[in-house]
Amino acid sequence: MIRYGDTIREIAKKILEEKTVDLIIGFKKGTLPITTEPVLIKDTQNSDQLYWDSFCNMNLANYLPKRGEKIGIIAKGCDSRNIAVHIVENQIKREQLYIIGVPCKGMIDRRKIVSFLGGKEVREVTESDEDITIKGEGFEHTLKKNDYLQNNCSTCMHRNPVIYDAIVGDLVEERKDPDPYDDVKEIEGIGLEERWESFSDLIKDCIRCYACRNACPLCYCPTCFVDESGPQWVGKSIDPTDTMTFHILRAYHCTGRCTDCGACQQACPMDINVKTFTRKLNKDVLDLYGCEAGLSIEERPPLDTYKPDDYDKFIR
Amino acid sequence: MSDKIIKKEELTNILKALKETYEVIAPVKENGFYSFKPFKDGGNIDLNFTNTRLSPKSLLFPQSERIFEFNLDEKSKDGYIVKEHPKDYPPSVIVGIRPCDAKAFKLVNINFDNPEFKDPWWVKRMEAMTFIGLGCNEPSSTCFCTSVGCGPFNEESLDVMLFDLEEYFLVRALTEKGEKLLKQGRVDKDVDEGLQKKADELRIKAEKKISSSVPTDKLKEKKINDLFNAPFWDDVAFACINCGTCTFLCPTCWCFDIQDEVTKTVGDRIRNWDSCMFPLFTLHASGHNPRPEKVQRVRQRFMHKLNYYVDKYNTGVACVGCGRCVKYCPVNVDIREVFSLMNGL
Repeated sequence: MIRYGDTIREIAKKILEEKTVDLIIGFKKGTLPITTEPVLIKDTQNSDQLYWDSFCNMNLANYLPKRGEKIGIIAKGCDSRNIAVHIVENQIKREQLYIIGVPCKGMIDRRKIVSFLGGKEVREVTESDEDITIKGEGFEHTLKKNDYLQNNCSTCMHRNPVIYDAIVGDLVEERKDPDPYDDVKEIEGIGLEERWESFSDLIKDCIRCYACRNACPLCYCPTCFVDESGPQWVGKSIDPTDTMTFHILRAYHCTGRCTDCGACQQACPMDINVKTFTRKLNKDVLDLYGCEAGLSIEERPPLDTYKPDDYDKFIR
Repeated sequence: MSDKIIKKEELTNILKALKETYEVIAPVKENGFYSFKPFKDGGNIDLNFTNTRLSPKSLLFPQSERIFEFNLDEKSKDGYIVKEHPKDYPPSVIVGIRPCDAKAFKLVNINFDNPEFKDPWWVKRMEAMTFIGLGCNEPSSTCFCTSVGCGPFNEESLDVMLFDLEEYFLVRALTEKGEKLLKQGRVDKDVDEGLQKKADELRIKAEKKISSSVPTDKLKEKKINDLFNAPFWDDVAFACINCGTCTFLCPTCWCFDIQDEVTKTVGDRIRNWDSCMFPLFTLHASGHNPRPEKVQRVRQRFMHKLNYYVDKYNTGVACVGCGRCVKYCPVNVDIREVFSLMNGL
């Protein structure tokens, strides 16, 4: 996957030169090891900045809404699904996009690396297909990438882009594991009170910075409900009731639209696994409607439509 | 007062002794990261950290603080009277604060305690606080304190400095407050020449270990309009997702919002941290927003720290080089690069 970089730069250069697109949205190498920065490239002189490794965690679909240009965008499986969601929800037009698809073997969770090192700092990183080698002052470790993937990448069933105009490598094999929802089932299995306690415990460190919301491609509302001031729906303090209201309402707004890309969790400065909420809703939507978000640019999201043959009587 | 020496294992007992007079606050490791919490007798203190994830600013400037209370019942005898919410300001000690975080309190103090305005809650807490700093033997790769007027053993904002000498702490009182506190904790054994020398060497070694630096020499002479209209802001802002991580983790970001929360007829006036990254921060009652776009909000944060503050107070930049925003920005917006861009314009 590390070799994708060359192909990405080649394609980017070509489509900029041929004026197929006005700009490219991709990643550039971060200023720190094990980080990358989303970047917007407008001309071929800068297209060499485009970069790829296993730390391209953020979801680039987040940068699409409201843009009018013709855009080249680099898309992993999850990014492509969020692009599809944007197209269905009229946030961007398919014709505006040139999607450079990246078959993905999973992104590495930098927190897992940081926690493995227990306070020591990564100064240098190199990776091969299966392994990652991290170096720092007085240490060098070679780790299996698969052991350090983001949790959502370990259970991802859509690693290949669902829509693309060019692809940077051979498609990867999709997982056949039938059930990626063990964590959700665990929570479903506990009692109501205990569940509430576990949710309260989950968000107790939340500082209301909204990094989870802002990293999420689904959160493109012109004014988020927590930012409304007349009427004001939610308190602004770190009162646990207000914080819980924010998290639960945000999760519900993502129902049937979330691709489990993990951007929210990766963005959280307090290491809160906010996906706990959305994953339950993803499972419900799959169980109830047989839908997974962003697999098609034709189908409306499940909570935005109805079918005459719905098995629930109230709708008929 | 000459420098003192204590064995490391004595620290817990000294803090216990201080607890008779002071509220003692120390770094504690919980859920995998460090923060400043009340010191417990069992000794939950853990000084093996580089920087706490959240800066200690909430100790003087809580994220949410009830400041006034009121009653909207006209028939009540205190109806429509706003009263200050009663608070205690017990003498307190922060143990193990890093020199950069202490310096940040000094920078923020200019805003909350000046001839024109005095924030009563900040001022009272500041008066009650004694800072026992812990020099940084092992600064992080993202620390750039030495290029913004601070350093791993910078003493200017501390009352006491601890030098970590493996088995010992060298203890240096830097102010009267600090001397008083050391007497209270019965820290009275003078240091010998050998350990004194070791501490000096440690400081020099740590300063050399700071591998990251930012240019600041030309910021003072820059014109506001030139920086404001600089061509680089779109590039700087592109990746930014406009979350509040940088501002909330930053030890020198002091902006707040005041909110009234009312239940039936009783209400509280609450002060909450706010962030220039949020659109609501500048939204006027008319509906007009002078900073409607992300790029304007991103520019504001850097202009405030590296231009407005510099011009207004003439004490350097409003950044202590702790590196938190560099480390925790979800999209790697790196203030060190913005220093270069602004200084180099």
